Amino acid sequence: MEMESRALYSPRHPMLKKQDDFEDILEERRRSSDLRYALRCYTPTLYRGLVPCKASMLKSIVLQSDHLQYVIKQVSSESGDSSECVAEEASLILDEMAHRLQLSTIRFFAFTLSKAFKRLFRSVCVNEEGIQRLQQAVQEHPVVLLPSHRSYMDFLMMSYLLYTYDLPLPVIAAGMDFMSMKFVGEMLRMSGAFFIRRSFGGDKLYWAVFSEYVKTMLRNGYAPIEFFLEGTRSRTCKSLTPKTGLLNIVMEPFFKGELFDVNLVPVSISYERILEESLYARELLGIPKPKESTSGLLKARRVLSEDYGSMYVYFGHPVSVRSLAEGKINRSQYNLLPRYIPQKPSADTHEFLNDAAFRLVRIQEENMVLKPWVLIATLLLQNPDGLDLSSLAEQTDWLRHLALAFGAFLDWPDGEACSEVISCSLALHRHLLSVSAGHVQLSVTDAPQVETTPEEDVFHRAVVVLSCASYRNQILHVFLRPALLAVAMQSANSNRKDDVYNSFNFLRNMFSNEFILCPGDSFQDFEEACYLLMKRGVLQVLEHEIVMSASGHSTLAFLSSVLDPFLQGYQVVCRYLCEETNENLTEKEFIPAVRSFALKLILAGRLKCYEALSSDLQKNALAAFLRLKAVRKVKVGEQETLKVNKIAVNSLEDTLGGKIPTQKPILARL
Amino acid sequence: MASNSSSSAQQRLRIIAGHLQKRPEDENAGVAPQECKAEAPRSEPSSTTPVPRRRQEIMKWNGWGYSDSRFLFNKKGQAEFTGKRYRLSGLILPSLKDWFEGTFGANLKHRSPATPSLNLSAVAPPNLNQPFMEDLKAAGLSVSHDPEDRVFRAHGHCLHEVFALREGRIGRVPDMVIWPSCHNDVEKIVELACKHNVCLIPYGGGTSVSSALECPREETRSIVSLDTSQMNRILWIDEKNLTAHVEAGIIGQDLERQLNERGYCTGHEPDSMEFSSLGGWVATRASGMKKNIYGNIEDLVVHIKMVTPRGVIEKSCLGPRMSTGPDIHHFILGSEGTLGVVTEVTLKIRPVPEYQKYGSVVFPNFQQGVACLREVARQRCAPASIRLMDNEQFQFGHALKPQVSSMFTSFLDGLKKFYITKFKGFDPHHLCVATLLFEGDRGKVLQHEKQVYDIAAKFGGLAAGEDNGQRGYMLTFVIAYLRDLGMDYYVIGESFETSVPWDRILDLCRNVKERIVRECKERGVQFPPLSTCRVTQTYDAGACVYFYFAFNYRGLSDPVHIYEQVEHAAREEILANGGSLSHHHGVGKLRKEWMKESVSGVGLGVLKSVKEYVDPQNIFGNRNLL
Repeated sequence: MEMESRALYSPRHPMLKKQDDFEDILEERRRSSDLRYALRCYTPTLYRGLVPCKASMLKSIVLQSDHLQYVIKQVSSESGDSSECVAEEASLILDEMAHRLQLSTIRFFAFTLSKAFKRLFRSVCVNEEGIQRLQQAVQEHPVVLLPSHRSYMDFLMMSYLLYTYDLPLPVIAAGMDFMSMKFVGEMLRMSGAFFIRRSFGGDKLYWAVFSEYVKTMLRNGYAPIEFFLEGTRSRTCKSLTPKTGLLNIVMEPFFKGELFDVNLVPVSISYERILEESLYARELLGIPKPKESTSGLLKARRVLSEDYGSMYVYFGHPVSVRSLAEGKINRSQYNLLPRYIPQKPSADTHEFLNDAAFRLVRIQEENMVLKPWVLIATLLLQNPDGLDLSSLAEQTDWLRHLALAFGAFLDWPDGEACSEVISCSLALHRHLLSVSAGHVQLSVTDAPQVETTPEEDVFHRAVVVLSCASYRNQILHVFLRPALLAVAMQSANSNRKDDVYNSFNFLRNMFSNEFILCPGDSFQDFEEACYLLMKRGVLQVLEHEIVMSASGHSTLAFLSSVLDPFLQGYQVVCRYLCEETNENLTEKEFIPAVRSFALKLILAGRLKCYEALSSDLQKNALAAFLRLKAVRKVKVGEQETLKVNKIAVNSLEDTLGGKIPTQKPILARL
Repeated sequence: MASNSSSSAQQRLRIIAGHLQKRPEDENAGVAPQECKAEAPRSEPSSTTPVPRRRQEIMKWNGWGYSDSRFLFNKKGQAEFTGKRYRLSGLILPSLKDWFEGTFGANLKHRSPATPSLNLSAVAPPNLNQPFMEDLKAAGLSVSHDPEDRVFRAHGHCLHEVFALREGRIGRVPDMVIWPSCHNDVEKIVELACKHNVCLIPYGGGTSVSSALECPREETRSIVSLDTSQMNRILWIDEKNLTAHVEAGIIGQDLERQLNERGYCTGHEPDSMEFSSLGGWVATRASGMKKNIYGNIEDLVVHIKMVTPRGVIEKSCLGPRMSTGPDIHHFILGSEGTLGVVTEVTLKIRPVPEYQKYGSVVFPNFQQGVACLREVARQRCAPASIRLMDNEQFQFGHALKPQVSSMFTSFLDGLKKFYITKFKGFDPHHLCVATLLFEGDRGKVLQHEKQVYDIAAKFGGLAAGEDNGQRGYMLTFVIAYLRDLGMDYYVIGESFETSVPWDRILDLCRNVKERIVRECKERGVQFPPLSTCRVTQTYDAGACVYFYFAFNYRGLSDPVHIYEQVEHAAREEILANGGSLSHHHGVGKLRKEWMKESVSGVGLGVLKSVKEYVDPQNIFGNRNLL
């Protein structure tokens, strides 16, 4: 474990090629009976400290726990309700929340999902060593599984895999929205999902029941706990800023000495083609998403007839909470209070949790298997007018080498010609493309027959662009740091290292809601970017200066255009805030308003960047402006409105556009 | 072991101390016995001093205890304990070899013997302060700078100290040894030490396990070891108030034996009582195994007299409790020789109990055992001693079972084992045992016994006989001898302790044991270590936990360093799990680094300012604690 934590904190080695062998689990399924597979003898590897306990016992352990009893009394004395009444409420909360994991349901899913997966995917590839490591980890300490979240498929797939490999079935923290799907909700519950309300901010009792429920399962080694650090599915395929609430809950038993250690296992799940691809794009464009319902899911059966290529699941190295916390958490801070009394995490703990969460998400990113298509998508987005196939092949090959040099975990078929690989990729994603006369470009392929308005045309095109962007986004983490440096070099006043660093830092700060950038790592990120570009022969980093090499132009140009949609998108938001806002803009109105502003610019031909329409980008930009205090929330009566500091926003816009030096007083504190 | 009053006490002393009545025939070591100038009436003639000045003549210079008593594997590969002092002496321990080899992966063929005798040339010549020497001579106090005397007082019994001696490595040793024979002698010595600026290190029984006796490397002054062993008289016994006034150099077994002869006892029985001294108990805040009846040392003392560079500190009366500001005894208790020398102590005494009975209870697992002890403490019905050994320690205890004399006992043992493991379904790899000692008048002991066994039954405990109980207590007296045996075969180990609230005991024990195993593995220790614990004392709000940790060091180039790293990590783990820095071993130099976090910066400042006032010249320069 020690080793893993060191690896976690050391700068990564970009050229480190992952040697893991992947196994396609569908291969076996295509050869033998699904029914026999679903009914086979399942004998999972168990945690050595397991306290045997049935699901029904679990409930009474939680309700009788000192922690919950304490909170019940507290709530009762605050609210004036009798403690029996509060206890009853706690019991109801637990009923609503609790999973009812049953092997029979898992077997049912094992059967049906086998059928479904075989139709959907060409292969489902799992890294075998990861499975072996997990088998080891599961025996040693309680395990927390932390998969990335790109699709509904993720947690079904996780349980399916664990069943396949005779690993203990996880219990999964799921959002309450699933529960509304009557039958499916119950099925998920019986396959190990437990449901938490999306927001329960000040509800002490709810929090107590929830945290005690999770901790009890963890402490007893009842089952691996699975949850999504990102909190929800990423609609953009970019990793989302991690949430720390559940991470705190699963770490606390270690902090308080109740467990010797907890193993965190980041899992990276990547899809060659995402099932929800166009759904997500529509959602980002504000076309309302259908509420999760059973009938909606059935309608999605159409999905089953399509080819979604391969799916990759990479089980990362277990990260020991103990080694993570070594030297960072002083556990004796818990000595002076009985451990059942809930304690808000201290500032130190909070910082630690946040840092750990970011690092775990970065591990997820780095272990994400990338397909050639993400390179092609990147190039097609940068060339809206399309490319000749030969030119595409040439550029893809160039990009492939660049990506590998930067440490991308690229699954490029061995011994196949580049053109062959490209045409396979294009075929799989043909619904986003038009190919004619050796020329490829992104285009709307299933355009409706009827007459459409210009606005609708823009949206149709935007759906294609955002769908395509969701593939490019998968590889952003590889290019991100060098790209920030490339843009910084353009916008810095000089080649001096400190100027470039200031500029880099400004951008990094600006985009820290957009991308996964570990807080406090800015110098390390800068060094990494310099190192990568220097190694590539793009830059020369001298003692005080950074100089572009003669041959470096194309790489820098490519890297800058990787960030271009974001730079442009944020500038659009700035312009909107400066030009259009009135006094009474509420947060709720913000996104639709920016969207129509951007739409107007596109229709007027003043904006080419369709990604500016993405609500994700708009939301992130607003969060950044709020963080930088260029926009503030002000309470007016009942409503919270956004108060814009137009001078500050204007200056941010200029800096993003590379017009003005970064050391203006307003920005000095950024 | 039910028996009658004084004979029971006698028997127990025999178990512990054995036949010490025979005086060693030395007494001619060039130092004439000092006439004591004390005015106090003597409670007995100053005829016998059981601890000779030249301790090395009856005790090991590089190991634990008496020279004639040691474990060894005989030619047949069977373990035996030599000598005649102990109950175990002369007996064969048939299962020790298998346990030893199995637990540590040790092999009797792989020996790591100690250097047989002290190489006198390795001892640096003494750095003597001549004017001080002359003044001492003028005052009629005699000293020694014989290398053997000096080396003997340069160490306690930490692993690294004993290991170095076995390898013949001698570090900084005191430059001379002085034996005051009464309070006035001490006053004179301290006065002269101040005058000539020499460093004094009080030395009692030499059983420290906190590096407290180590001479600070940075000390450039002449270091004088002040050996209190000759201040060993009971000065008076007050039967009306049940107190005894005793010189602080007396060692535990002598104090108890002499009081027993008068029909009394203190009841203070730390595991080291064969060798440790009254002054040492006061200076380290010692705890005795029967503290449930008699209290720990701080509960036993009524009055303390300590000589400091500022003069004598003591209270003016023998009142049982006072409200006179912070209790000055608490500056003395636990001062670890940094403030002065404790010379005389008035202690509470009790009539020797009428009846004593050992007992034991087997529990299916450690959790149940702890729950039972917690309940016993809640009901405040703890017997004189109650200890809970974990499974590893239970097996360790079993390995020390002497050869059974008859087929019948062997058959009975088999039957018991069958009953517990097969009939009652206890897993031999999880069960653990509590050992008990009851004391008092017969009727009450039996009643008390029933009460405790009834509680135990509620937690799945089965009474497991007196023998098991008694053997459990024996383990604590022979463990230090066993360590020497281990060191003959590449096994090193040590014990350490803590105190912790009830609700954290299980977590602390599990985490510390696991931390030890893991740290050993990470540091390249080839075989899993022995990592075991027992709960040895119960209190209202928590308990004392005692750990044994040992491993086979074959293949390691610097085993002591690894040992120290692991122990350090284990202590960190204890502190992180809500345990204290020490329950009764003290801080010494070994655990100094954690003092500030243990008592807060202000707390440490308070202690430092006391030191600053009492001893501005740092005459008591052992550098412990602060």
